[in-house]
Amino acid sequence: MFKLIKQLTSLVAVIAVLFAFTTESMAAKKSKTLKNTQKKGFVRCGVSQGLPGFSNADAAGNWTGVDVDVCRAVAAAVLGDANKVKFTPLSAKERFTALTSGEIDILSRNTTWTLSRDADIGLTFVGVNFYDGQGFMVRKSSGITSTSQFKDGTSACTNIGTTTELNMRDFFNSKGISYEPVAFEKADEVVAAYDAGRCDTYTTDKSGLAAQRTKLSNPDDHIVLPETISKEPLGPVVRQGDSVWEDIVRWSLNVMIEAEEYGVNSANADAMKTSENPAIKRLVGAEGELGAAFGLDNEWSLRIIKQVGNYGESYKRNIADTGILPDRGPNELWTKGGILYVPPAR
Amino acid sequence: MNFKLNKIIPQLVTLLVVVLIFGFFAFNAQINMDNRGIEFGFGFLTQESSFDVQFSLIDYDGSHSYARAYLVGLLNTLLVAFIGIIISTILGVIVGIARLSPNYLIERTAAVYVEFFRNVPLLLQIFFWYFAALRALPLPQDSEPILGFSYLTIKGLYTPSFVWENLNIFFYSIIAAIISIVVIKNYAKKLQENQGKQLPVFSISIGLLIILPLLTFLTGGVSLDFEIPVLKQLSTTGFIYEGGLSIPPELIALTLALSLYTATFIAECVRAGIQGISKGQKEAAASIGLTPNQILKLVIMPQALRIIIPPTTNQYLNLTKNSSLAAAIAYPDLVLVFAGTALMQTGRAIEIVSITMLTYLSISLSISLLMNWYNKKIAIKEK
Repeated sequence: MFKLIKQLTSLVAVIAVLFAFTTESMAAKKSKTLKNTQKKGFVRCGVSQGLPGFSNADAAGNWTGVDVDVCRAVAAAVLGDANKVKFTPLSAKERFTALTSGEIDILSRNTTWTLSRDADIGLTFVGVNFYDGQGFMVRKSSGITSTSQFKDGTSACTNIGTTTELNMRDFFNSKGISYEPVAFEKADEVVAAYDAGRCDTYTTDKSGLAAQRTKLSNPDDHIVLPETISKEPLGPVVRQGDSVWEDIVRWSLNVMIEAEEYGVNSANADAMKTSENPAIKRLVGAEGELGAAFGLDNEWSLRIIKQVGNYGESYKRNIADTGILPDRGPNELWTKGGILYVPPAR
Repeated sequence: MNFKLNKIIPQLVTLLVVVLIFGFFAFNAQINMDNRGIEFGFGFLTQESSFDVQFSLIDYDGSHSYARAYLVGLLNTLLVAFIGIIISTILGVIVGIARLSPNYLIERTAAVYVEFFRNVPLLLQIFFWYFAALRALPLPQDSEPILGFSYLTIKGLYTPSFVWENLNIFFYSIIAAIISIVVIKNYAKKLQENQGKQLPVFSISIGLLIILPLLTFLTGGVSLDFEIPVLKQLSTTGFIYEGGLSIPPELIALTLALSLYTATFIAECVRAGIQGISKGQKEAAASIGLTPNQILKLVIMPQALRIIIPPTTNQYLNLTKNSSLAAAIAYPDLVLVFAGTALMQTGRAIEIVSITMLTYLSISLSISLLMNWYNKKIAIKEK
């Protein structure tokens, strides 16, 4: 009798343990990154060393920008608090190594999505949060108004370790112009050298040019030429091999864009729970079980919208209101003439 | 037998531990790379690099391979190291001797120079020469010619380049001059040993070095032309010099910073070397009637050199390694071109960093070997 009770208790214990394991979601068990993030209590995010509008720290060390908001969205979804992010400023050269070596879990640092980066070096791009293209900045006094006026011997300042160096070569070669590339390791030095007159032109992504122009000693003396010489879809990157984490980051970004499409923003998100539209109800977690697939609760997307805002809010706050690029251009919703189009959250 | 074993076992254990540690790192890297789908290999070296480099000693553009880009970076690093070592040695020796000058002004000036330049971080000095000094330079269209046809501008130094005719004959004449100098030197030595007569070897050597190459101009068909830089307009306010030789400001700033910094340490080595020779040596030399120049050349320097050479070797190695700070000011050295751009474009961090480390190691070891050989040669052979 006593033996039987003992056996029964151990059976109960075993069942209890098994149950405890199954309640910890399958997804969390599959995703090492998600588990580690929840254990640490913060999202480890790699950002730039200072690019206004994208990722930039103020004097108090608070990071803002559209790239920063992607990490905040993931933190809101996974940890429930958009401020639980540890930002690591990285140079263009360090960024991929920092990600593949496990020093950070998301790289959200105005990084161009290309085939070789996606396929070759252990990275996975999860989406596009800014459609950009490479352009040129010149001095107004030079009288140059188009890239067709460049002549042999033009010196061009830029950063190393970016697609910029490759596009620049393709551009000048296709035009048959000889040029002098002056490539620095850090953006601040590029700005200083161009400002001093070392180079005739400064080339990088147009958003970058607009942002760096504000750092010049006399921004009004410089213009960004109208031509765009390359496609630069910028987006967040994760390590290859953790598909659950990849999905969380991808859909955190997608939710922000979809929220704008349905007119859900940080102010009206709670009220939208009673919306007639099932798509909106799913978006704010009032219908369906969307979070379960990632091992998250059902309010993950609601928290993103409430704490970070939708994509339009993020763009306005970081890029438009700061005067960097008031015109959204291609970064407008597909319904409004832009190319922002994300798969439906359902 | 037992005694031998006692000696061998600790060494074997040490070897085993070292092998295990490195094995662990290699194994760990291998597993992590497998997990993330990264393959290890050097195949990328033959791929097209598709990026251009600002300044190259060999023919290079983006259609060449990564291996060639590596060579471009390596040669640029060696160039800076070579020029830097020469300038810093000359400057270091002068300042080192000046620090011992009986003239108060000279001695103080040298001391202030040494204390200032060796106590400011090198990276700051590089930034100073590049950004502060660069901003002070004129734009190409505003620059005044220096020494006739050279221009120092914000975009670099433009000087006339040489266009040679029959350059090989000119080279042969220099080689011939050097051979005859060696012959005359040996003869002069014999003459002094046998008859006690002294030949003015120095003046004869200089004369030979001037006269023989000069003869080739007059009779050998050698001719020298200059290509002079010409101002070219790129846009309303953008100008550049074309033709001639152009030296990028990055190279100038880097060489200047490295030389001025390293020269302070070499100056201290030289001072230590000279002060390390006892005063009696100098007095003894003077008492047998040697002139001050002869004392320095025949008595002080041969003994001082063996004190000066080993620490100076260190400074040469430091200069070479410090040249990797070039990346900060866009001078395309090995670190910027290969461990920078090439690393980024290929993503082959482990391979490229290993190659770069091995390269610096080889350069340093070569300099060490050369200097050790020289040190052995000038060491005092005690009998």
